[in-house]
Amino acid sequence: MKEKNNNSGMTLIVKTVTRLTVGLIMLYGLYITFHGHLTPGGGFAGGVILALSFIHLILAFGKDFIIEKISEKITSVFESIGAVLFLTIAVSGFLGGYFFKNIYGKGVPFNLFSGGIILPCNLSIMLKVGLGLFCAFLTLLLFISSKE
Amino acid sequence: MNQYLPYILCLVLFLIGLYAVLVKKNLIKIIIGLGIIDYSLNLFLVLIGYKKQGIFPILSKNGQAQPIVDPLPQALVLTAIVIGLAVTMLMVAIAIRLYEKYGTFDITQIRKLKG
Amino acid sequence: MTVETIISFLIFLMILSAIIAVELKDLLSSVVSIGAVGVILSLTFLLLQAPDLAIVQLVVEILALIILIRATVTRDSVNYSQREIFVKVVTMIGVFVFLFSLVSVIKLLPPFGEPKLKVANYYITEGLGIKNNISETGAANIVSSIILDYRAYDTLGEATVLFCAVLGVLAVMRTVGRKK
Repeated sequence: MKEKNNNSGMTLIVKTVTRLTVGLIMLYGLYITFHGHLTPGGGFAGGVILALSFIHLILAFGKDFIIEKISEKITSVFESIGAVLFLTIAVSGFLGGYFFKNIYGKGVPFNLFSGGIILPCNLSIMLKVGLGLFCAFLTLLLFISSKE
Repeated sequence: MNQYLPYILCLVLFLIGLYAVLVKKNLIKIIIGLGIIDYSLNLFLVLIGYKKQGIFPILSKNGQAQPIVDPLPQALVLTAIVIGLAVTMLMVAIAIRLYEKYGTFDITQIRKLKG
Repeated sequence: MTVETIISFLIFLMILSAIIAVELKDLLSSVVSIGAVGVILSLTFLLLQAPDLAIVQLVVEILALIILIRATVTRDSVNYSQREIFVKVVTMIGVFVFLFSLVSVIKLLPPFGEPKLKVANYYITEGLGIKNNISETGAANIVSSIILDYRAYDTLGEATVLFCAVLGVLAVMRTVGRKK
C-alpha cells in the first residue's frame, strides 16, 4: 500500500483545477493537429501543446507521483515510433515515382480526410516533437533533484 | 524613409542581442542575448513577405478574390521557431552541467579545461 | 493609423523590453522581461496576417520560460563584477558602426508592403487551383501544403535537428560514468 504524500507538489486549489483541465488541454492539442490542413496550426503547434499538458501534470502533482507511469523509457520509445512513421510515409512515395510523392487520395476539399499525405505526416510530427521535448524536460528535472 | 522604418527597428533589436552576447559575463545573460537574436531574425523574415491590404493565406468557403500575403517566408519561419527552442534547451543543459562542476556562472572563472 | 505605424510601435515596445532584460541585475526579472518580448512578438505576427506563426510562437515562448526559470531559480544569486568601461565603450562604437553600414544597405530591399512574389506564384496558383479549378494538393491551408507537400524534404531535415538536440540533452545529463 503506497501512502499518499500530500505535501509534495502545489496547493490543493492547483491540484483540483489541474484534474479538471488537463484533459481539455490534451484534446485541444489533438484538435489543432488533426485540422492542420484546414485551419492554421499543424503538427508543430499541436506537438508543443501536447508536451505542455504533460508538463502541467508534473508541475502540479510533483514528480514522485507521475514518474512510475510516464518514465523516460516509454516516452523515448514513442518518440522513435513517430520518427520511423514519418520516414515510412516518405519511402512509400517510391511506389508512385519519387521520394515524398503525394500518392494518397486527394478527396473533396474542406473534408477531414482530404489533402493526401498531409494528415498522416502531421500526426507523426506531433508524436515526435511533443514527446521529444517532454523527454528532454524530464531529464533536466531528474538531474536537478539527484544532486541536492 | 517611412517605408523602411520597420526594417531598421528590427535591426536595432538584433544589435541589442549582439551587445548582450559580447559584453555580459553571466552565462544566463548570454543565453538571453541569443534568444533575442532569434526573435529579431524571425521577425525580419516575416516582415519581408507582407503585402499591403493582404489577407492570411487560407482558402475559405465563400470565395471572394482578395490578394494574399507571401506564404513562403511563413513556411520557413515555422520550423525555425521550433529549432530555436531546441537549441535553447541544449544550451541550458550545458549551463546546468557547468554550474555543477565549477560552482559559478561567471565565464571569466571557467577557464581550466580539464580532460 | 495605418498598419505600418502600429507595427513600428510594437517593435519599439519590444526594444524597450529587450533593453530591460539585458540590463537588470536580478536573473528572475530578466527572464520575465524576455517573456514579455515573446508575447509582443506573437501579437505582431497576428497583425502581419500569419496566424500559424502566432500560435507556434506563443506556446514555444511558454515552454522556453519554464525551462529558463527552472534553471535559474534554484541557484543562489551572487552579484558578479562588471567589465571595465573601456570594453563597453569600444563595443558600443563597434555596434554603431555596424548599424550605420546596415542602414545604408537596406535601401536595396523592396519597400515595406510590396514584395516581389517570384517563387510563391507557382505555389499559390497551383495549390489553390486558380488555373484549372482543381487544386493540386487538396489542402485549404497553403502554408501546410508548402511545408508538407512541395518542400517536405526541409521538414525531414528539421525533424532530424530536433532529434539530435534531444539526443544531446540526454547525453550531457548522464551522471553514470564508464565502469572501471
